[in-house]
Amino acid sequence: MRTFTSHDILFLLQAARWTLALSLLAFVGGGLGGAILAVGRISRVRALRSLASLYIQVVQGTPLLIQLFIWYFGISLLGADLSPIVAAAIALTLYSSAFFAEIWRGAIQSIAKGQWESASSLGLTRFETLWYVILPQSLRPALPPTVGFMVQIVKNTSLAALVGFVELARAGQLVNNITFQPLPVFACVAVIYFAICFPLSALSRWLERRTHGHRQLVRGT
Amino acid sequence: MAIVNLSGVRKSYGALTVLRDVSLAVERGAVVALVGRSGSGKSTLLRCINGLEPIDGGEVVVDGRRVEQNEASLRQLRQEIGIVFQSYNLFPHLTVERNVTLALSLVKKMSAQEGRAVAEKVLSQVGLREKMAAYPEQLSGGQQQRVAIARSLAMQPKLMLFDEVTSALDPELKEEVLKVMEGLAREGMTMILVTHEMDFARRVADQVVFMHQGRIHEQGPPSRLFAEPETPEFRQFIASTLN
Amino acid sequence: MSYTFQFGEVLRYWPLLVQGAINTLVFSVIAMVAGLAIGVVGASCRISSSRVLRAIAGAYVEVVRNTPLLVQLFLFYFGLPALGLRLSTSQAAILALTFNTGAYSTEIVRAGIESIHRSQIEASTSLGISRLQTFLHVVLPQGLERVYPALASQFVLMMLASSVVSAIGAEELTAYGNRIQSENFRAMEVFFVCAAVYLGLTYLMRVLLAAVAYVAFPRRRALGSV
Ligand SMILES: Nc1ncnc2c1ncn2[C@@H]1O[C@H](COP(=O)(O)OP(=O)(O)O)[C@@H](O)[C@H]1O
Ligand SMILES: [Mg+2]
Repeated sequence: MRTFTSHDILFLLQAARWTLALSLLAFVGGGLGGAILAVGRISRVRALRSLASLYIQVVQGTPLLIQLFIWYFGISLLGADLSPIVAAAIALTLYSSAFFAEIWRGAIQSIAKGQWESASSLGLTRFETLWYVILPQSLRPALPPTVGFMVQIVKNTSLAALVGFVELARAGQLVNNITFQPLPVFACVAVIYFAICFPLSALSRWLERRTHGHRQLVRGT
Repeated sequence: MAIVNLSGVRKSYGALTVLRDVSLAVERGAVVALVGRSGSGKSTLLRCINGLEPIDGGEVVVDGRRVEQNEASLRQLRQEIGIVFQSYNLFPHLTVERNVTLALSLVKKMSAQEGRAVAEKVLSQVGLREKMAAYPEQLSGGQQQRVAIARSLAMQPKLMLFDEVTSALDPELKEEVLKVMEGLAREGMTMILVTHEMDFARRVADQVVFMHQGRIHEQGPPSRLFAEPETPEFRQFIASTLN
Repeated sequence: MSYTFQFGEVLRYWPLLVQGAINTLVFSVIAMVAGLAIGVVGASCRISSSRVLRAIAGAYVEVVRNTPLLVQLFLFYFGLPALGLRLSTSQAAILALTFNTGAYSTEIVRAGIESIHRSQIEASTSLGISRLQTFLHVVLPQGLERVYPALASQFVLMMLASSVVSAIGAEELTAYGNRIQSENFRAMEVFFVCAAVYLGLTYLMRVLLAAVAYVAFPRRRALGSV
C-alpha cells in the first residue's frame, strides 16, 4: 500500500489516451454504420426499413454492457479470440450506429416535405434529392445532437474496463487497488472524464443555441 | 366611495413609458370601458389594478387598500378582483369543473362538495353547466371564455377586469360572451373592461375612458363622449373603429 | 469453428434469471421515482431566483452528465466508506442510479416547466392562488405532461444502463448472468438470454410508463377518446 501520487495521475492520463482512441473508433465506426442505417430507415424498400428498424430496436432495447459481453466472452467461444479493445470497439460501434441513425433520421425528417416535393418536381432522383437538397439542410439540426452523443460515447467507453481493457476507468481501478484511496483516485478519474466531456457538452449546447431550434432534451446515463 | 382609485400612476418598461400620470376613480357597481389604440397602455393599466404589473409611481387603491407588491397582500387583493384575459388562459390540464374549483379549494379551503355546488352555479350562469366534465380544448373559444368568466365569478369578486375578452373570437361567438358580460353588468358587478366593441361600450358602460399614449385623454359617459368627442385624437379613433 | 448452442444450459437457471430481472426492475423503479423527485427539486432550483441554488443544481447536472455512471458508482461504493459511510452493493447501486438519473430528470423537468407560458401563472395567481400552489397545481403538472415522453425514454435508458452496477456485484440480471456463465461456461447463450430478458424489460417498462401516463394525465385520456 502506498499513497496516491502525481505518478499515478500520469498513469491515469496515459490511460485516458486509450479512452480517447476508443471514443474516436466508436465515433467513426458508429458514424458510418449510423449513416447506412439512417438511409435504410428512410428507404423506400420496405424490407430495408424493417431491417434497420429491427436492428435499432434491439440495440437500443438491450444494455451496451451485455452487447459488449457477447462480443468479448461469446465470440471467443466461437473460436475467434477477440482482444478487449477489439471487442469494445465493435460493441461501441454497433451500439453507437443505432443512436446516430435515429439522430440523423430525425434531422432528415425535420426537413419540410415540400423540399422533397419541389426537388423531385425539378426532375431530381430520390438519391440526388437526398444528397444535394436534404442532407445539406439536415446538417444544421443534426450537428448539436451528434456532438451531444459524442459525450455519451466517451462515457460509454468506460464499460471496456469491465472486460479488462485498461482505459481510464480500469486504470482508476488499478491505481485504487494499489493505493486504497478510492476517493481521490476516482475523483481524479471523474475529473479527467469531465475535462474530456464538458467541452463537447458545451459545444453541443452552443451549436443548439446557434441553430435556434428548440432545445434538444438530452437523455443518457 | 370609489372601489378603485388610481392617482398619478406611472409605469415604464425600460426607456418606454407606458402610463403617464394616470388618475381614475371607479364607483361601486360602475361599468367602465377603456378604449384606445393598440399600445396606448390599456392592458397595462388593467394589470396594475390587480398588481400583475408593479407601478413606478403614484398609487393604486382597491377597496380601501393600497396595492403593494408583496405576495401576502397581493393574494388578499386578488381574491377580490377577477380578471379575464383575451387568450382565456384556462388551465388546459384540468376539467372545466376543476378550473372553477381549483382556487376555491386552494384559497378558500372549500370542500369538494361546496366547490362543486359553486361550480354548478357559476357555470349555469354562463350557460355551460353541461360542460363540467369537458376539458378546455374540447370547447369553442366562446365557451372557453365563458368558463374563464365563471372561474373568476366563483371567487365572488367585488370587481371584474376584462382585457379584450372577445378579440380572439369569431363574430358569432363574441355575442355569447358579450351577453354574459351584459348580464353581469345588469346584476350590479363593478367592471372595468378594455374593449374594441364600441356598440357594447355605448350600450353597457357608464363611463368610457379613452387612452392615448399612456394618458387618459378623454373620459365621460358614452352618450356624451361618442356624440361630441372633444379631442381630435378621440374623433379619429371613433372614425377608425367604424372601419 | 463449430459451436452448438445449448440454451438449455442457461434456461436451467431460470429462477435466477427471473430474480435478476425482478431486481433490475426494482432498482430501476426506485431510481426512477427518486430520480424524478430529485428532478423536480433540481428543476425548481435551476429556475429559482437564488443564485446559490441555481449554481448548485447546475453543477450537479454538469458533473453527472459529463462523467460515466460507472465512475459515479465506484465513487459511491468505494469512495463513501472512506468518509465513514459503508453501503451495501444494492444501496450503492440504487444511490448511483438515482443520482445519475436525477440530473437528467432535472434538465428534462426544467424544460417542461419553462415551456409553460407565463400567462398560466398569471391566471392562477390572479385567482389568489399562492406561488407555491401555482407551481404545484398549474405549472408542474402541465410541464411534466409535456416532457413525459422524454422522461419515459430517459427511464428506459437508465434501466438498461443499470446493468453496470454488476461491476460492484450488485445483485441484478447482469450480475446473475455473469454468475451463471462462470458456472456453465456458456457465455454466449447466457448473454443472449440476458439480452432477450432486457429487451422484454424494455417493453415492460414502456407499457408500465404508458399506464402511469394514462392514470397521471387524465386529459390525454379524455382527448384520446373524443
Ligand atoms: N412586458 C412588457 N415589456 C415591455 N414592453 C411592454 C410590456 N408589456 C407591454 N409593453 C409595451 O407597453 C405598451 C403598452 O402596452 P399595452 O398596455 O399592452 O397596450 P394596449 O393594451 O393598449 O394595446 C406597448 O408599447 C407595449 O409594447
Ligand atoms: Mg392590450
